[in-house]
Amino acid sequence: MTRPQDTAATRGDELSSDSPTEATVGADAPSSGAGPGRSLLPRNTLLRHLLVLLLCTVGTVVLLEATDPFRNSQLAQLSYYAIAAGGLTVLTGLNGQISLGHGALMAVGAYTTALLLGGDGEPLPLPVVLLASVVTATLVGALVGVAAARLHGPYLAGATLALAVGLPGLALYFRETLGGEQGLPVQAPRAPEWFEAFIGAVSGNSATTTKWLAYVGAMCLLLTFFLLANLVRSRIGRTWRAVRDQEVAAELAGIDLGLWRVLAFVVSAACAGLGGAVLALVVRLAAPSGFTLVLSLALLTAIVIGGLGSLLGVLLGSALLVFLPPFITNLGVDLGLDNTEAAQLAPLVYGVVLVLAMVFAPAGFVGTVRQRWLAARARR
Amino acid sequence: MQQFVNVTLTGLISGSVYAAFALALVLIWRSTRIVNFAQGSMAAATSFIALALIQAGQSYWLALVVALAAGFVLGAVVERVVIRPVEGGPELNAVIVTLGLFIAIQALIAIVFGSSFDSFPAPFGLRGFEVGGTTIALTPNSVYVLVAVLVTMVALVALFRFTRVGLAMRASAFGQEVARLLGVRVGRMLTLGWGLAAVVGSLSGLLIAGGGLVWPAYMDALIVFGFVAAVLGGLDSPVGAVVGGLTIGLALAYVSAYADPALVNLAALAILMVVLLVRPGGLFASSTARRA
Repeated sequence: MTRPQDTAATRGDELSSDSPTEATVGADAPSSGAGPGRSLLPRNTLLRHLLVLLLCTVGTVVLLEATDPFRNSQLAQLSYYAIAAGGLTVLTGLNGQISLGHGALMAVGAYTTALLLGGDGEPLPLPVVLLASVVTATLVGALVGVAAARLHGPYLAGATLALAVGLPGLALYFRETLGGEQGLPVQAPRAPEWFEAFIGAVSGNSATTTKWLAYVGAMCLLLTFFLLANLVRSRIGRTWRAVRDQEVAAELAGIDLGLWRVLAFVVSAACAGLGGAVLALVVRLAAPSGFTLVLSLALLTAIVIGGLGSLLGVLLGSALLVFLPPFITNLGVDLGLDNTEAAQLAPLVYGVVLVLAMVFAPAGFVGTVRQRWLAARARR
Repeated sequence: MQQFVNVTLTGLISGSVYAAFALALVLIWRSTRIVNFAQGSMAAATSFIALALIQAGQSYWLALVVALAAGFVLGAVVERVVIRPVEGGPELNAVIVTLGLFIAIQALIAIVFGSSFDSFPAPFGLRGFEVGGTTIALTPNSVYVLVAVLVTMVALVALFRFTRVGLAMRASAFGQEVARLLGVRVGRMLTLGWGLAAVVGSLSGLLIAGGGLVWPAYMDALIVFGFVAAVLGGLDSPVGAVVGGLTIGLALAYVSAYADPALVNLAALAILMVVLLVRPGGLFASSTARRA
């Protein structure tokens, strides 16, 4: 493995997954607390993450109260993208497995939520519904993960692509229960009384359902990212990186490659399920047209542009998914495109961004910044 | 019995198109170890070019030639401009680039040609032949489809077996450094390979479109079927791709006729999973392990 870099192009198929890839650099750099003691944050990982969680919670409340209902709903949108993409970035960045099937796994979560909230009589409490969605998606994810653990690269991409194209067919086959092409409407739960009291005390705004759902999304997002951040810094995260970078060495160290790959898939499927559940609540509909291939590829765009494996990158990427389409659609309309044409500008940008990112900055935004920063520090 | 014969015929005809599409995937995989997920979008783009020509009053055959030429240029340009930088790099990067192309080209089609459904004319009749008083599911157009796929395959075999260019292309796919030492312009051969593959992919796109509806995403299912067919044959073997394509065509036709059309995509997924788990190297792999 001491060949110079410029012969890499001629190595052909002997190139294997046993060399760390530049693309996942965002997942590898130590977090701020592990630096040479200049950080104000505590050294202990759990304490540090708890502190960040607290700060982010306060920041979220301020953000949601300072913005209007439209921005609130956009932030709710951001939260479901980020939850699902967070799971995907752990899978792809830390464990090196790509998945185009996360849109389908989100559909599993969304349909579970729609079914549980749609029944007659008193609906189940919201946490139970969300948990059930996570569990269903986890089960499906485990099934897919067992198959996916034996695949890699293009094989895995193709198999999960088939999943993304195939699974919505179930909604058409079980028309009576799953609503066919029209999908299932979701009855969004009303805000509880303590929430109205809380909002009244904090800002005096009216506690609408939109606001409640934005808070539900934000809470799910914070909780997911807190758990993922701890997972990434734990022994489990290190093992995933070992499985990704050095298959043989990892196996020699007694790591069961298949088992850890399945675990990574299960964790990311759980996130996709939660993301799907929040999506169903926010959009108030679970229909096949909401879970096309474009959704899976949009998630991939979010994690690639942010930097594979970086949770901060996921937030940036998800923000792009939410705030870019309205902006460029308006731009397209101003340039003389009609509405349906302008709506296609967003996927066009996703695609171009994916290609450009891989050609010019495979480490993504966070990874590239980190590389520059590390290089600058090394020169000093 | 009559239904069974008709379903089998339908399956064989669509299977031959899947075979051509899988063959295009195999051509690219053999030379660059990349699965071109953008192939469906590229084929859709060229058939929209053909449609635009036909709607402007040109004949089907002129449109066909222009579309295939456009496919060749598109394939070659894509290889030179965006695939070359990630060739031989980490496999994830190449996968992501082709996926990016996939979605970008599809969106571009929708912007340029609109995202509505258009009917695509067929060059020959769509009424089935009559055998002994009953109409069977074999139409003049489906005979044309079969012949076109067969001619393409024979031409490819002849190219790779009997010409110097074909030999050079095989050499570059087999061992890049050795080929380079022997004076083969490997870079050019790879570009040529992508161009040829795009021609075959475009042809299958046009054949699927003939007599049916086209919209920007009409090749989405075909990329899955083509991939399943190629994997069934081992991704490395042209013969395997053809047999895989016919198998998938038949299997999906039976599922669609005897179960439910909504389950066709799921059936493709199930077949793919079974093949990848039971015989990861495909049915025609010469080596025991998958090379990837």
